[in-house]
Formats: sequence, C-alpha cells, structure tokens
Amino acid sequence: MLKLIGSRLLQMLLIMAVVSLVIFAIFDSDKFKKQIAVAELGGFAVSALSDQDYQAWLDRKGLNVPFYDRYFKWVAGVARGDLGRSYEKSEPVSQLLAKRLINTGMLAFWVFALMVPLSLTLGIIAGMKEGSVRDRAVSFIAVLTTSLPEIATAIVLTVILALGLRWVPANSAMVNGWDWRQLILPVLTLVLYDFGYVARMTRASMAEVMTSQYIRTAVLKGLPYRRVILRHALRNALIAPFTIIVLQLNWILSGVVVVEVFFQYAGFGQLLLDAALFGDVYVIQAATLVAVFIAVLSQIISDIGYTLLNPRIRFS
Amino acid sequence: MTTTIEALSAPPSVPPVAAPPSVSLLKRLQQPRVSLALILLMWLPLTIYVMFGSYLGDPLKSIVLMPAVPATLLLYLVAVTSWRESTVAIVGVTLVFFWLIVAVTVPFLPLADPDKPIAPFAAPGIVKHGHFFLLGADFKGRDMLSRVLWGCQRVLVWGVTATLAAYVVGSFLGLVAGYLAGWWDQAISFIANVLLSFPVMVLFILILNYLGSSGFNIVIAVTFASAPAIMRLVRGLTLDTKSRDYIFAAQTRGEHPLRIMIYELLPNARGPIIVDACLRLGYTTVAITTLTFLGLGLQPPDPDWGLMIKESAKVAMLWRFAYMLLIPALSVSSLILGFNLMADGLREMSLRD
Repeated sequence: MLKLIGSRLLQMLLIMAVVSLVIFAIFDSDKFKKQIAVAELGGFAVSALSDQDYQAWLDRKGLNVPFYDRYFKWVAGVARGDLGRSYEKSEPVSQLLAKRLINTGMLAFWVFALMVPLSLTLGIIAGMKEGSVRDRAVSFIAVLTTSLPEIATAIVLTVILALGLRWVPANSAMVNGWDWRQLILPVLTLVLYDFGYVARMTRASMAEVMTSQYIRTAVLKGLPYRRVILRHALRNALIAPFTIIVLQLNWILSGVVVVEVFFQYAGFGQLLLDAALFGDVYVIQAATLVAVFIAVLSQIISDIGYTLLNPRIRFS
Repeated sequence: MTTTIEALSAPPSVPPVAAPPSVSLLKRLQQPRVSLALILLMWLPLTIYVMFGSYLGDPLKSIVLMPAVPATLLLYLVAVTSWRESTVAIVGVTLVFFWLIVAVTVPFLPLADPDKPIAPFAAPGIVKHGHFFLLGADFKGRDMLSRVLWGCQRVLVWGVTATLAAYVVGSFLGLVAGYLAGWWDQAISFIANVLLSFPVMVLFILILNYLGSSGFNIVIAVTFASAPAIMRLVRGLTLDTKSRDYIFAAQTRGEHPLRIMIYELLPNARGPIIVDACLRLGYTTVAITTLTFLGLGLQPPDPDWGLMIKESAKVAMLWRFAYMLLIPALSVSSLILGFNLMADGLREMSLRD
C-alpha cells in the first residue's frame, strides 16, 4: 500500500516537472513578451521603442535568456518557497494564489456540502426499487441536469432567480465586500451540473446491491426493510460513489473556470484564465501545478479509499 | 385489414423480382454501406460549406449544400426505423437531426442575414423596421432566429470533426498500446497519464492560448484532451479481444500487425466505441461552446451559440433581455441532450442484445 502511494506521488512529481518545463517553453514566445511590455510601459511606448531599446528592456526584466535558464531559476526559487511575481498584477504569486484559492475553496466546499447528501439520497431512493416511478423520475432529472452544460445552467438560474424573481444578485464580483448571497448562484450552478452524475452512479451501485443474495436473505429473514437498507445495503452500495465523489474534485476544478468567469467571481479559475490570456507565466505555472496536484491527489485518494472500503481488492 | 388479407391471399406464382419496392427501399437504405454513403453525402458538403465556405465562389456556395438535404432526411428516416425499439434513442436522434436538418437547409430558408443589424433590442414577436422578429433581436439589432439557426452549423461541424480527430488518434494509440504491449504500452500510457492529470479546462486554456483561437486549433485541443481517455478505452477493449482465436488465426496467416489491429481488432470493439462517441460528441459540443464563451474558441462575427452568450452576457443582464441569453443556452442544451439520449438508447439496446 505504502509502496503504491509512494510510486503514485513520485509519478506526480515527474508529471509536474514535465508540465512546468513545457509551460515555460510555450509561454516563451515573442507575443507574450510583447504583451508584458505593453502592460508595463503602455502600448504607445512599446511601439515607439526602437528594437535596441526593447532588447535592453527585455534584458533588464530577465526575459532575454533561454527559457530553460528561466526555468531553473524558477525551480530554485520554488525550492526556497518563492513562486515569483505576477507580471500583470505585480503582486507575489503566492499571495495572489492563496487569496484566490480560498475563494474557490469556499465555493467548492458549499458545492460538496450540498451535492453529496443530495445525490446520495436521490441515488439511494432511486436504486432501492429499480424501475419504480421514483427511480424513473430521479433518472430523468439526472440525465436532464447533466445534459445542460454549466454555462446553460448558469444562464437559466440567473434568468429565473436573479433577473426574474430578484431573489439573489446576478453578479458575484463581491465589489462591496464579502456577501454570502452572491455565492448562491455559482454554488447552485455547480451543484445542478454535478449531482446528476453522482446520483446515477449511486443508483446503479444501489440497484446492483439490491439484487444480491444477502439482501434477499435479509428481507426473507423478516428484518424490517428500513434496517435492511440502512445496515446491509448502504455499506456496499456506497463504495463506488465514494470514489466518484472524490474524482468530482477534478470536474469541479474545470467547471469552476466557466462559472467564475460567468458570475465574475474572483477565484482560482478566473485567475488561471486571465493569466493564460496575458501570458503571465509565473501565475500560470503556479495555478497549473495546483490544478494538477489536486487532480492527481484526488485520484490517489479515490484509489486508496476504494481499497480500504472494499476488502475484496488488494494490491499486491 | 383488407390489405393484409389480400397480401396473404396473393397468388404464390408472383416472381420474386417484383417485391414491394417501398419496403425494400428502406431495407436497402439500412445496409451499412448505403448508410455510410448517405452520411458522407450529408457530411462532406456541410464540412466544405462551413470550413472552406469563404474560398468557394458565390454560385458554388449556393449549390454545395443541395445534395446534403435529401441525404439528411433519408438518414433520419433510416435512424428512426432501425432504432425503433428504444424510445429514448428516437428522442435523442430527433433532437440531433433537428439541428442537422437546420444546418443543411439554413441557407435555403427565408431568413434575415444573421450579421445584418436591423433593430437593436427588438423584443420577440414584434414587427420593427418592416421585419418580423419571431425571437427578437440582439443588442446590435441582428435577428435572433436567424442567428440561432445559423449558429448550429459551426458547432456541429467543428464538434464532430474534433471528436473524429480525437477518435482516430485515440483508437490508433489504444490499439498500439493494447496489441503491441511492452515498451509501446508503457510510453503511450505515461503520456496519457500526464494529459489525464490535467483538469480538462486547464488543458484547453493552455493549448488554445499557445496555438491561438480558431476552429482548427479547437480540433487539436480537443484531440489532446479526449484522446487519452479514448486510448484507455480502446486499449482495454483490445486487451480483451487480443487472445481470441481469430486473432491467433490472423497472426498465423502472417498478417501485418497494423492490418490485424485495423481489420480484426477495431471492428470487434465498435459497440462500446460508438456509445462512448455519442457521449463524447456531447462533451465536445459543451467544450466548444464554453471555450467560445471564454473567448478562446471560434471568433466573431459569424453567428455561433457560444459567441451569442459571450456577447449578450455583458449587455443583457435584465429580465427584458433575458431571451438573448436563454435562446442560445437552450439550443446548445437541446443538442447535447440529444447526443446523451442517443448514447443512453444505444447502450440500452446493446445491453438487450
């Protein structure tokens, strides 16, 4: 087990090293360097600059060296805990990233806090009796909500709840300080987008367990139905959904970009998009590595959880 | 009732050549080769029209889509009759074909020019400047009905092309990794793992930023993002069928590994691949719309659903103008729902067999 975790973590480090080198190579192009110059000196100044002066400016900023030199300098900085400075927002990356990660973390926390109980309950209710009216209703809702892309869900919710009923604000930019009401629409959008998939998986797993021999035995033994479900069925039915819920972290991280941009919520996804459009290489590096880290970590956790929960699986 | 009795009591001396033509025509259309020809007849003109429309002259551009119209209608008929047993699949196919038929017929419909400003902010269902706005006009005064119908062309063409490209790359790598195993498998699987450890949207943003935003680059980005998952699927299926007798037979005949992969292994893995392809078409449609909304996908001024959302999201945040956002959002949702229901129906049918 420990060996497995160790090898997965080692693989993650290898992936991160490859990814960060590739990102430095990609964002080394002249176009992005020019963008940085325009942001710092202004468009007119850059177009008025002679080629020689531009080269001198690049030298001063340390942009004129090959990307691998910058890469090794950056790696040395990371080892000391320095993630570099953002070109666009002229702020240390670590500060910027921490702020945005807290915001996104808040969003993700509420999404999971609502999505997990909702999808598990619906999935279990649907899977208890396959083919029943409740089962078909839940399956229909699940297919419908997962078919709506986040952007469409966000629009429909905004139009109904914010523009029509005026219950919640349509915009989550939090310009006048923190306001929990502005968090409602982004959270609801992500929950609606995500719960259907988990509910369907829970339903499938529950339906499979309900057809097994030991459940039949328990029912025929005369145990109360409630007890059969809660004590016997749930234990095995919740193994598969666990891994899927953990893997949703990866999905949420993608969905967050769209939702944050649409609702103008200052989170991690918006930071990444802004940085990528600008060519703000240190921010992209840090944000991508965080994303990869979370994604791989969720994969590892789901693997470990699956082995711990399911005694039939053992890694040799 | 009377017809059946007549049919039953028909004299047995009728020569077999004179079979009723209406039934045999449909049957003939259902043959894989004919269906494939119909698909090509629908798809090639549409792709040429959307991707290379600007290079075609005006007279050529107006006739290139003509053969696609009957082909699409016939294909819809074939799809409905052969998937009769699953209601879900029929609903899905109907949704998808609604947009396909719109895509091939839209140049022939009496619609306003989708890029021509007529009356800004005209509400749905009113007449303004001598033009009837069934679905209203957007903030620049362009007819929404015309824009939403024209918008389906680019999503469909780029979505299917991107999915196809991802499948070609993904299945080839999957076949190689599964069949040749060993060193090939390890190298391909490692690359796939690297790509799979990115959240999809992060990968899209990085790739499209580097390449610049255009339809062809979306195809490349989708290939990078989807091919690893497809490769895993095909690799699993290949490992499954690799030890069958007919593969050994082919090996004994001395066939080239490439030939075995493409002619023996791939056709026998087609069931799960087709279901997965329908789902993936849905994902790709979402991805294209979303990327266009984020400003990384297709570029203005041509009508496109993601662009319509992007442009309206800044100006239409009022109840009165909500239709500008709702119409493209619901259109894209209906197309994706169609793909998903089609996948569900196909899976249901394959489980039943």
